[in-house]
Amino acid sequence: MSDAQSDARAQILGGIRRSLRRGEISGEARQTVEARLAAPPRGPSVARAQLAQPAKVDLFCQWAETLNATVARVGAAEVPGEVTAYLMRSNLPANVAMAPSPLLEGYDWPSQKMLSIRRGRGEGSDQVSITGAFAGIAETGTLVMASGPDHPVSLNLLPDTHVVVLRESDIVGGYEEVWVRLRARYGKNLMPRTVNTITGPSRTGDIEQAMELGAHGPRRMHILVVRD
Amino acid sequence: MESTAHAFKANVDHALADPNLQNSLAMLKVGFSERRRQAAERLPEFEALRDRARDIKNHTLAHLDFYLEEFERKVTGLGGHVHWAPTAADARRIIAELCQSVNARTVAKSKSMVAEEIALNEHLEALGIAPIETDLGEYIIQLRKEPPSHIIAPAVHLTKDQVADTFLEHHARLGFDKRLTERGDLVAEARYVLRQKFLDADVGLTGANFLVAETGSSMLVTNEGNADLSNTLPKMHIVLASIEKVIPTLEDAAVLLRVLARSATGQESSAYTTLNTGPKKPEDLDGPEQYHVVLLDNGRSAVLGTEMQDILRCIRCGACMNHCPVYGAVGGHAYGWVYPGPMGAVLTPQLVGVEEASNLPNASTFCGRCESVCPVRIPLPKLMRHWREREFEKHLTPRAVRQGLAMWSFVARRPALYRRLTAMANRVLALFGRADGRYQSLPLASGWTRFRDFPAPQPGGTFHARWAKRKA
Repeated sequence: MSDAQSDARAQILGGIRRSLRRGEISGEARQTVEARLAAPPRGPSVARAQLAQPAKVDLFCQWAETLNATVARVGAAEVPGEVTAYLMRSNLPANVAMAPSPLLEGYDWPSQKMLSIRRGRGEGSDQVSITGAFAGIAETGTLVMASGPDHPVSLNLLPDTHVVVLRESDIVGGYEEVWVRLRARYGKNLMPRTVNTITGPSRTGDIEQAMELGAHGPRRMHILVVRD
Repeated sequence: MESTAHAFKANVDHALADPNLQNSLAMLKVGFSERRRQAAERLPEFEALRDRARDIKNHTLAHLDFYLEEFERKVTGLGGHVHWAPTAADARRIIAELCQSVNARTVAKSKSMVAEEIALNEHLEALGIAPIETDLGEYIIQLRKEPPSHIIAPAVHLTKDQVADTFLEHHARLGFDKRLTERGDLVAEARYVLRQKFLDADVGLTGANFLVAETGSSMLVTNEGNADLSNTLPKMHIVLASIEKVIPTLEDAAVLLRVLARSATGQESSAYTTLNTGPKKPEDLDGPEQYHVVLLDNGRSAVLGTEMQDILRCIRCGACMNHCPVYGAVGGHAYGWVYPGPMGAVLTPQLVGVEEASNLPNASTFCGRCESVCPVRIPLPKLMRHWREREFEKHLTPRAVRQGLAMWSFVARRPALYRRLTAMANRVLALFGRADGRYQSLPLASGWTRFRDFPAPQPGGTFHARWAKRKA
């Protein structure tokens, strides 16, 4: 940090402390805030998502559809076939960009002779992407995407159509359970570069407050909810 | 952005006479507020969440230095950089230097009110760096060279036809020479034009709704996905955020997110809520190589510990302006600077000076709707009243108003005189008739009646007289 930068830092932090009429937080007060960081208290819980797992899955599907996604509930063996069928009935191209993820590789894609699959990050010309999801949030029908070598962020954003494969067992009640899973997977205080939580297709209300889908991200989102 | 808050009254005259603006505002009044009401009703825990949101922000503000240092430590540990900017000029210089360090020619910008606050676009343009607004509303007003008129719906003052004209004017040279009439076609054309700009941009600049101290993450809430493209495709991601955006943990974010979208647009959830934490990791297939966070103070630390501190809880949802009868009548541009509506009437005098912006806290009927819908329960009318008091103390109030108030307080402190005078006024006013219960014009009072009706006295005398009769 340059001298000018450390001066600027001291100026802001010093200004805050002067306004709050105290010095740097220390002693017991510091222990209290550190404890709050170490064991974050939760806010009021939202009753509508406190459900048994099957009802959570139903709630997720309801909200996702309400918020303009489409949902297909399938068994694991039906995943590749449902993707092809969805693309056909929606008149979409059979060229897809797929996340190079072990979860997705577990499905029998070679069975779909019509599908042409490219694995890698998203490109500006991609029409359709297929990715997994780290979790689904029942409370609002929201998908949680964690970036990494198995899930490039660009696949969530660039294509016109985003097909998402989500396992029923990855559907949780609210954000708080997602945080628990993220900490378990990546370590406490650690995160993948990007966590996208996505609720339905991209939209805008910037012209006369009327909602239009497909502002910058996908216009269509199709979610395959896979039975365990 | 240059403030014209001092010209509020002239701005208002202009706004009231603009038919396109009045049409747009008529839509706003029913749209956002009705959707917010429905969203709040769908969530029984909404009021408890608002209490909690207020408490989280208060806790953070009381320990702001601690959480900022914690945030910085986490970002640095992940290979990101934190830059401290005491003033707007510092933030402009830091961002310009970062852009120049990668020889940036274009910057893909995602809507940021703080960037408006520091007039970033003008500064970058002067250095030969082109900022490209990618939020649809911001893009429209950038083409029209207008400031935003609403903090979450920057082009809410425009009609579809105005947008169509703007696109035709600016997109014709790109081959789009047909005037569009459908909203969906306008959105699609902007998507196409901006997509290439995303792919070409050297730097992505976004604001932040929250900064999470626990993880060193910046959190962004959008519906379009433009912020996400801005922070994924270019090789450098710069986050510009003011210091009060920091919150302690992800659990706190969960509470704030639940009240933010519902208060802002009445949505259950915005389409995209994104946490960015540091630069691209070696094994990642995409993402920026550099991640910078610029923390702007610009007068905020001086607000802590004062009677105005509550405004620092603001999460910029826009509910206060959506429910404000004054905003609903005059729109956002009349306020003359970046932040309009009730939150702007409190924040603008703080950031540009009460001398410049003294009209804004007066542009309120104190009806209290803003406070009743604020997700973090900021007592906006009370804070506007504080500004009015300071304005009075600083002798910024016009002489006629001061003399009028002095006369009023003389009379009001003398009950017998007060009763005699009001009874007399009542009889005099009655001479002008009381047909409709109000006067559209009165001699000597045109300053009032030119803009609004004056209530006519009702039969039976003053309230005091009627009360006395009733008790007797």
